[in-house]
Amino acid sequence: MKYDKVFRNPDKVRQLSMAINRVCKHSWHIMEICGGQTHALAKYKIEELLPDKIRMIHGPGCPVCVTPVGIIDMALSLARRENVILVSFGDMMRVPGSKDDLLTVRAEGGDIRMVYSPLDALTIAQNNPNKEVVFFAIGFETTAPIHALTIEESYRRKITNFSLLTSLFLVPPAIYSLMRDKDCQLDGILAAGHVCSITGIEEYRNLALSQKVPVAITGFEPFDLLYGIYKCVLLLENKQYIVENAYSRAVTFEGNVKARQLMRKYFSLTNVEWRGLGTLPLSGLCIRDKYEQYDATKRFQLKTGHVKKERFCVSGEIMKGKMLPDTCIHFGKRCTPEHPLGAAMVSSEGVCSAFYRYKI
Amino acid sequence: MKYTQCSLPKSKYDRIILGHGGGGKLTQSLLSDLFFPAFANPFLNQQHDGAILPVHDGRLAYTTDSFVVDPLFFPGGNIGDLAINGTVNDLLCCGAIPRYLSAGFIIEEGLPFDILKKIISSMAKAAQEANVVIVTGDTKVVERGKCDKIFINTSGIGVVRPDTQISPLNAQPGDVVIVSGQIGAHGICILSTRDNLGFETTVKSDTASLVDIVENLLSGVPEVHVIRDPTRGGLSSTLNEIASTAHVSIELEEEQIPVSEAVCSACELLGLDPLYIANEGIMLFILPGKYAEEALQLIRNSPHGKNAAIIGQVIGDEKAELSMKTSFGRKRIIDMVSGEQLPRIC
Amino acid sequence: MCLAIPGRIIKKDTSTDGLTMAKVDFGGVIKDICIQWVDASPGDYVLAHAGVAITKVDENEALLTLQDFEKIGEYLDNMGKNEI
Repeated sequence: MKYDKVFRNPDKVRQLSMAINRVCKHSWHIMEICGGQTHALAKYKIEELLPDKIRMIHGPGCPVCVTPVGIIDMALSLARRENVILVSFGDMMRVPGSKDDLLTVRAEGGDIRMVYSPLDALTIAQNNPNKEVVFFAIGFETTAPIHALTIEESYRRKITNFSLLTSLFLVPPAIYSLMRDKDCQLDGILAAGHVCSITGIEEYRNLALSQKVPVAITGFEPFDLLYGIYKCVLLLENKQYIVENAYSRAVTFEGNVKARQLMRKYFSLTNVEWRGLGTLPLSGLCIRDKYEQYDATKRFQLKTGHVKKERFCVSGEIMKGKMLPDTCIHFGKRCTPEHPLGAAMVSSEGVCSAFYRYKI
Repeated sequence: MKYTQCSLPKSKYDRIILGHGGGGKLTQSLLSDLFFPAFANPFLNQQHDGAILPVHDGRLAYTTDSFVVDPLFFPGGNIGDLAINGTVNDLLCCGAIPRYLSAGFIIEEGLPFDILKKIISSMAKAAQEANVVIVTGDTKVVERGKCDKIFINTSGIGVVRPDTQISPLNAQPGDVVIVSGQIGAHGICILSTRDNLGFETTVKSDTASLVDIVENLLSGVPEVHVIRDPTRGGLSSTLNEIASTAHVSIELEEEQIPVSEAVCSACELLGLDPLYIANEGIMLFILPGKYAEEALQLIRNSPHGKNAAIIGQVIGDEKAELSMKTSFGRKRIIDMVSGEQLPRIC
Repeated sequence: MCLAIPGRIIKKDTSTDGLTMAKVDFGGVIKDICIQWVDASPGDYVLAHAGVAITKVDENEALLTLQDFEKIGEYLDNMGKNEI
């Protein structure tokens, strides 16, 4: 079965767009949380297929964007150490800290390697027993268990030169925080399908009920996005504050239990800073004390240095739907993907970057 | 007093050593054993400091390119044929018939002789296929770590066909854009060999000289405005460059752009866009709409042009943008790639 | 935020004692993927993120979604007729 082809079929997409136009009677602000979905909306120009009454708000679900400058600076300082190999996803390579980015440090001689999977970092550690290998472990609930698995596997293989610099976030606390802001104009939510493959649906059911906001769990293909929006609009028009699973081929009610168990085993809840949003209580994960030998901040006694506030950046306002990227006076001028001023421009998933790249 | 037997310096090595670049006997033997026989032609055979070439009437095209690809050998080719094909294709883009090439080698000491031999024989073969001769060259050997195994520079001279005016400046409204084959193969093939990002795929580099296509096209169609090979930065960078040079906009049709399924899949897996992936064996042609079908047939009838397609058109628009109509009928802007395209997981 | 794409399991790799790995075919591109969190066999589709299968792709559910979509289409058709 060719899933991607079916769920990219232009006729089906057009029909869904018609259906949304038919069922949508009122004006709605709908947030897609996930940066991947922001990217897909921009790439396929899906917002042009929606009625004017629907405005999409582009949420904070890009781990690259929300990783705070302080942690990026730590990664840069690790990468500059003689005995360290810093391993990272390609996503983080260009993201600027206070001064430099990883590509610059690599050019200066830092040993920085890109991998597709965190598990590949273990192989690097095994092949370089005389070096300290640090994986720059960013992510949300989808990626965090994979980092946990990497710790478990490192233990099993008795690898002693491996640790993680974590920057791990949880989606629901960020949504609660956005919704608490009285200026936040959010009527409905598209929950990120791949996060829900891990978390399951329960958490989102509580969110929908308590915040009186319909949630459609949504996939990433053009059909999936419009199908999610369609389901969300139906719920909004019918004032149903429930969760609709519009991505049932990849999301089950209980989610991935094994992955969550492993995540809980190695990580505990903590307050973390989100670039653009500030520090949110219990909105992230850190490595449990019991496994602190895998925690690069402890292993190398890293401290957050002084970080200048990104006073020109309005990412937070944009993520709350209060502003659009192109209403920011710096957009496309002082702030571009090559020289980002803040969170939403730093990665291709960020809303400003997607706006810029696809000139929405 | 005791005399010890003083052994003569070795003359045969199975690796390149610094001495091979020293200008002495080792250099001579490298040239006479390897380079001269492989590239033999009347110009090179003079073994002069430079090649003395006949003067042609009309105009010459002259280009240079350096090749530093890692790995040296990849499915579909190696740094040797890449170095010939790249420069030949650049000459073709000028509307020239490629004739003479120079080849400069910077070799890291320790490179196995067999590897060099394979590269040289690939170059000789590629040159023969493209009907060019390597008329002059240079070899330097540097200490370990000063370069990565081997770097090759080739420069080329071609004779521009009389009455052809091919330049990115010439793209004009009413022109169509034709691509000679499926895009993205070379870049994906190289990426698949990377240690930590690698994957198994049947995708091979498309490296080839496209003399056949350009020959067929230019002898059959009276007017061709632009020929370009979309190497680094892929289709999007090349077309963006043309748009801004010629002050026109270019509109592509997503559904018409030929991409193999495997290249598409690899791009999905690593979060890349085929429009930004490097090619080494395809050409872009921009020519008047009235010749579109005729040109397409001529390209498709060439051995390297079977998958050619008309992928877009040039429109008169001050904005000088590259845009693409998506499969859902919406238009989006295709920007120039900023820096190298990095694989992503988010 | 999380790029995950569907691939078909070609064969399980039983050579290692640790992680359950499999060769997974993503439309002509084959990659070693850890499949120990999913109950899947060769021929099944899984959704892989950063080298690990995070869930099995449920073909039945995919069909149900498409059936639901067909119903939306029919509903629209009927509405269209009523309007005429």
